[in-house]
Amino acid sequence: MKYVDEFRDRALAEKLSAAIHAEADPARDYNFMEFCGGHTHAIFRYGVQDLVPANVHFIHGPGCPVCILPIRRLDDAIELAEMPGAILCSYGDMLRVPGSKRRSLMSAKADGADVRMVYSTLDALAIARANPDRQVVFLGIGFETTTPPSALAIRQAADEGLENFSVFCNHVLTPAAIRHILDAPEIDPEQAVRLDGFLGPSHVSTVIGSKPYEFLAEKYAKPVVIAGFEPLDVMQSVLMLIRQVNDGRVAVENQYTRVVTREGNAKAQELVDDVFELRPTFEWRGLGWMADSALAIRDKYARFDAEKRFPISEKTAREVKSCECPAILRGVKKPKDCKLFGKVCTPENPMGSCMVSSEGACAAYWTYRRAETLAEMALEAAE
Amino acid sequence: MCLAIPALVTDLSDDGMAVVSLGGVTKTISVALLDEVSAGDYVLVHVGYALHKVSEEEAQRTLALMAEGGLLDSELAEIGEAAS
Ligand code: SF4
Repeated sequence: MKYVDEFRDRALAEKLSAAIHAEADPARDYNFMEFCGGHTHAIFRYGVQDLVPANVHFIHGPGCPVCILPIRRLDDAIELAEMPGAILCSYGDMLRVPGSKRRSLMSAKADGADVRMVYSTLDALAIARANPDRQVVFLGIGFETTTPPSALAIRQAADEGLENFSVFCNHVLTPAAIRHILDAPEIDPEQAVRLDGFLGPSHVSTVIGSKPYEFLAEKYAKPVVIAGFEPLDVMQSVLMLIRQVNDGRVAVENQYTRVVTREGNAKAQELVDDVFELRPTFEWRGLGWMADSALAIRDKYARFDAEKRFPISEKTAREVKSCECPAILRGVKKPKDCKLFGKVCTPENPMGSCMVSSEGACAAYWTYRRAETLAEMALEAAE
Repeated sequence: MCLAIPALVTDLSDDGMAVVSLGGVTKTISVALLDEVSAGDYVLVHVGYALHKVSEEEAQRTLALMAEGGLLDSELAEIGEAAS
């Protein structure tokens, strides 16, 4: 247990680890998908994999908003940034993600575009107020946690009559993506990943509640445990999932009760509903086009919608050849299956989105498992 | 980007904004997504908005864990670095 020292509550980590070892049936495998990149990060940082038996597998899901934004939409954002007189505001994580021809928002900035990193939509609004003669576009990305702040910003801009502010909306929905992954084997058996349960999103669930995940238990017979982001939360949730599997039970359980309720934050939900509507279809990197998986700005706020306000040219996006991000995001491949990992592609010189965001699977392997992964790759290449 | 930091609400204004203390840093955030917030409450702050109330105990536990994992510094740096 070399990693257990990392835990704040070492005794509890040891106890949970012992319980997981005792209860996991050695005769079977347990494949659990953690949807959120935050969980992926916790699992790696604290070496949770080493505290569970070898037959408990973590499958990294598509839950990193930076990683799943398709290159085409990123190219659009770069185009918006390059409009004369425009200011494009973005959360920091997005800036280094390579788009087509490996151009990023950062390189657009180096070429003279006014790209600004903001921590909050509040900062983007302030920039719009301070620059009334410029068009300020906020690049809205993220799951259900970052959507209410974008909604509030749009409402605020409407209330203030802030006409030079708009949002390029790329907000996406977690339940739709999980459904898609479970439906994938029916569409294409090649894409089948065996899953025995899900670690459900934590902060997303503070907003939407645990209720939207109930279909997973009801329709797909998959156990779900809404799990906090701390390593002990993850371990406890794994134990809860193992118990469900062993007992043949299928339910949505909530490990994160101290923050998550079944109903979520009603005020945030109403706000999102006022400003946004479902997009009929939206493309996710790795998962392709998915019905009802993303949000668009409602017509009544059309003047704050960058997509309606500015002409964006239809371009064909170019993925970096050999980057395996799409398969990694579906849980069918691991970073070691990418020829570029650690050789051409590093966090300093990323080829794909999974290496940029600290929540991406490639970045997690690079930071915490580099030597093992490179060794495994060398071995497989020699075979 | 997905992390949320617990913060202590120190001051509230009428316009849905609040001053919070975040790992020793003072920051103005929005509490417009919450129904009832008072000074002295702990809230989970994500991209400048309070998403949820948390207990003081939960807040301290999370902050300690984040600090230990080096996560707090990077999150706070992100808040500090951002353009204004
Ligand atoms: S290592 Fe780089 S190129 Fe390969 S899948 Fe990961 S991000 Fe893409």
